[in-house]
Amino acid sequence: MEHQVDIHPKLYPILKAIPDPEIPVLSIIDLGVVRGAKLDGKHAFIEITPTYSGCPAMDMIGDEIKTALTKHNYIPDVDLILYPAWTTDWMTDEGKTALRKYGIAPPTDAITDKKALLGEERVIECPHCGSTNTKLVSQFASTACKAMFKCDDCLETFDYFKCLI
Amino acid sequence: MKTSNLTHYIYGIADNALILGQRLGELCGHGPNLETDIALTNMALDLLGQTRSYYQYIAKLSTDNLTEDDVAFLRKENEYRNVLLVEQPNTDFAYVITRQYFFDVFHFLLLEQLQKSTDVNLMAIAKKSIKEVGYHKRFSGDWLIRLGDGTEVSHQKAQQAIDDLWMYTNELFDLSTQDKTVIDAGYGANSKDLKEKYYAELTQTLTKATLQIPENKYFQDGGKNGVHTEHMGYILADMQYMQRTYPNMKW
Repeated sequence: MEHQVDIHPKLYPILKAIPDPEIPVLSIIDLGVVRGAKLDGKHAFIEITPTYSGCPAMDMIGDEIKTALTKHNYIPDVDLILYPAWTTDWMTDEGKTALRKYGIAPPTDAITDKKALLGEERVIECPHCGSTNTKLVSQFASTACKAMFKCDDCLETFDYFKCLI
Repeated sequence: MKTSNLTHYIYGIADNALILGQRLGELCGHGPNLETDIALTNMALDLLGQTRSYYQYIAKLSTDNLTEDDVAFLRKENEYRNVLLVEQPNTDFAYVITRQYFFDVFHFLLLEQLQKSTDVNLMAIAKKSIKEVGYHKRFSGDWLIRLGDGTEVSHQKAQQAIDDLWMYTNELFDLSTQDKTVIDAGYGANSKDLKEKYYAELTQTLTKATLQIPENKYFQDGGKNGVHTEHMGYILADMQYMQRTYPNMKW
């Protein structure tokens, strides 16, 4: 498969331990931004891709990878790639569960997402109380990758991680 | 393919994203309400992110070690190739939305074509950006309908913005001789072919918004050749101040 990611088993636990700077409950592996990790002796070659073009976290993620690998005595080389473009499909199930626990509704599939964001159907589940009696407040929220919803049952607003397919 | 032609062509796309991104950025903390303020600045961030990808590619192509910062901040007004539409001021919310919608519809159609570019860098940037621009278009289109089909005042303001900005729409489709060379080589997207689709989509939305399509057939151009409106100098003064005051600082 085109999107299969090849991550060297020795590098996996190191990368898995690095959190996304915006959503610390999510590891960069679970977010799906690590697109490759190869090892050649002590040289580690990592490829990362941004969630959104303007994502300000990319520089920091790159730095954190370098710091973590250096600490484990590897010589890191981090490359930013744009293609194939990131999609929410690359987020792991573990990542989605972590998001929900953190209070962010995880991305659904593209069709459901479209219906929800166009206000046709109430399908986004409130991460606080589990109700689907929710409505879209804004297609853009605290970061470009999230939309803002409000739950009409528990009355809390919450972030929804938008689908990008 | 001469690199200079390709660079010239990329400026024609990237400078639109830069200048519109800068314009939207001015609204940070000044949006009509919190949600729209955040949405507009989110879109600014998307556009500036896309700009960076294009400029990094231009820097890579350059033979005289240009950096993305040189390209963004150290060109003169007549070296920017953005269309006049994107440099128009944030007169009121109706203008902001109309300018955005007029650009988003074009931008989406352009990126759809650019995804087929035989240049892998442009193809990758287009595939990435189009996902973001889909959201932009939905936002600006929804708002335009809401304003047009809203109150008497919002309708009147939206109509005013349409009437004033309409004359800048045709320039989106202008191509220079260098652009044509790049398109013929399969690297670029032929924006001339997009015109019919563009105006059809605008007509559909404006009709839904109960807004009139202006009868004015006079269209303004010049931006793509570096001849800008009086607003451009102010944008650049604001944008380039830091880089010119503290040379070599990085964004």
